[in-house]
Amino acid sequence: MTPRSKFARTQKVTIASGILAIVALIVVLQLWLFTASMNAFLGGDAGVLGPAAAASVLCLGLNLGLLRYLYGLER
Amino acid sequence: MTPDARGGTEPHWRRDFPIDWPEAQWVARREFVKFLMPVSLAFAVGQLWLVWRGWQRSAAPGPPVARIARVSDAPVGGAMLFEYPVGSPSRLLVRVDGATFVAYEQQCTHLTCPVLPAVERGELVCPCHHGVFELRTGRPIAGPPRRPLARVALDVRDGWVVATGIEARTA
Repeated sequence: MTPRSKFARTQKVTIASGILAIVALIVVLQLWLFTASMNAFLGGDAGVLGPAAAASVLCLGLNLGLLRYLYGLER
Repeated sequence: MTPDARGGTEPHWRRDFPIDWPEAQWVARREFVKFLMPVSLAFAVGQLWLVWRGWQRSAAPGPPVARIARVSDAPVGGAMLFEYPVGSPSRLLVRVDGATFVAYEQQCTHLTCPVLPAVERGELVCPCHHGVFELRTGRPIAGPPRRPLARVALDVRDGWVVATGIEARTA
């Protein structure tokens, strides 16, 4: 016997919508980070590149965690 | 009741091809979140690539000191193109007055069109999108460019204008 999800299907759709909104927001943040970093790089300012890259990798990890949670809802 | 809540009898095609809307929405949202992952990965990789390029640039030695032009060959208000270092994109040397020389990268910081000197107005003008830079500082004063032109550091030695380095700037 397979265990049933603790959320109803309509609840899962709501959760998925919320996660989609958060992930989209994080991707837009990454886009902003990239454009700001490119501007700094072309202007010869290498000081911000490291912290910006760390923040972007952190955003990627957050996104992957949210995706993992989303797939975990199916089990 | 039909799934679209219109009432009446359910059409035959709905019985043959039933659509489970909550399931369809769940899969669509989940797949879109999955689609955004490569986008997020691409941005993170791009950031790391910038770090790598920045490290490469800082590790490379600066260009050597080089003679650009004789002071006597550069008339006041005149401009000339040169390469510094040799093989690089064109740079622009302008003699603003008797004692002042300025030199910048000739590529506009908007979309790399060549900028042209308008010495009488004290400006460098990009004809592609009407970007305007201040001649004495290289800073953008009009149009789409947001970053100043990269400046070539100059010195006058033994009657020669000498380039001693390149200074890229964000503001």
